[in-house]
Amino acid sequence: MNLEHPLARVIGKGSAKAGVEHWWLQRLTAIALAPLTIWVVVLLLKTQSVNYATVRELVASPLNAALLACWVVAVLWHAQLGLQVVIEDYIHNPWMEFTAHVAVKLASLLGVAVSVIAILKVVTGGVS
Amino acid sequence: MAKFTLPRNSKIKPGKVFSANGAKNVKRFKVYRWDPDAGENPRTDTYEVDMDSCGPMVLDGLLKIKNEIDTTLTLRRSCREGICGSCAMNIDGTNTLACTKPIKDIKGDVKVYPLPHMPVVKDLVPDMTHFYAQHASIKPWIRTSSVAPADKERLQSKEDREKLDGLYECILCACCSTSCPSYWWNGDRYLGPAILLQAYRWIIDSRDEATGERLDDLEDPFRLYRCHTIMNCTKTCPKGLNPAKAIAEIKKMLMARRGV
Repeated sequence: MNLEHPLARVIGKGSAKAGVEHWWLQRLTAIALAPLTIWVVVLLLKTQSVNYATVRELVASPLNAALLACWVVAVLWHAQLGLQVVIEDYIHNPWMEFTAHVAVKLASLLGVAVSVIAILKVVTGGVS
Repeated sequence: MAKFTLPRNSKIKPGKVFSANGAKNVKRFKVYRWDPDAGENPRTDTYEVDMDSCGPMVLDGLLKIKNEIDTTLTLRRSCREGICGSCAMNIDGTNTLACTKPIKDIKGDVKVYPLPHMPVVKDLVPDMTHFYAQHASIKPWIRTSSVAPADKERLQSKEDREKLDGLYECILCACCSTSCPSYWWNGDRYLGPAILLQAYRWIIDSRDEATGERLDDLEDPFRLYRCHTIMNCTKTCPKGLNPAKAIAEIKKMLMARRGV
């Protein structure tokens, strides 16, 4: 039996005074991704007709490497923000929700680290 | 996880059929029925209504059923002119007011269900307790700290008054909130389009002096930001209002006061 007043239930723990940052970053990364993704697709199409050494050369140019790194960071940042919302929306078991949040955040971080290191490796001419 | 199927005791079964013997111009009403005291699953009863002796709106049909065919049918209604919001229900797959929905606009049978995803009290009557508590939580009244003028009311320019157009008309029927998937899954914490539109109505009222506190109260990942701009609210509003725009305006104001 719940004798709590309906208003008390609605007020709950009060406002988190948060959410604007999340909302803004999701839009900011979306704005970045619109041109960056087109550029990535063009780059990928270019790589279709050339050999491996030329592709490495292409990726190793400072501008291309920087844009590629930006694209990876923006994609994974945007993805983890979006997945966070999906998890909050649909997973209501506290432990499952917590685990899913941690998994998504850490996987995104790992994805960024691996991708950026891979790009750096190509730039510095390391062993493939 | 969010539940996407009805629990076994909520699954709707076919119900009784009431035929209109001898009537020539018949419209079939399929109405959701559930009696808390019967201990049975909900069912849809089928009523054949003689349209030659029935008013034009869905509410007219439902009242004809209640008056002449089956007095046990339970529904809320009051003004019968779209201003009280009592007869909000799901008609022909859309949340709307039974009193302003013409029967002739509906092809085939008239399917009538209570507002979606609300606890049902009986038949077409949903439990609005939580919805009303959410409305109370946004403090829907003017809040001021300045001293009131001694001998007159607080004035408002015509331009400032115009900002309330499209907001003050909201009758809190809950058609929009109960059409919102985000409100279905997280209605315990998400305020929903109706309440957010009401909140915005006070936020942009030039006479109100609690704008900052109102925005503070809404700045929350669940209370406000569960809105994913699905737009069902605007599509379904029987008063032709735009709750999605009101929510977007609140988000813009929160962004504006914070700066990039």
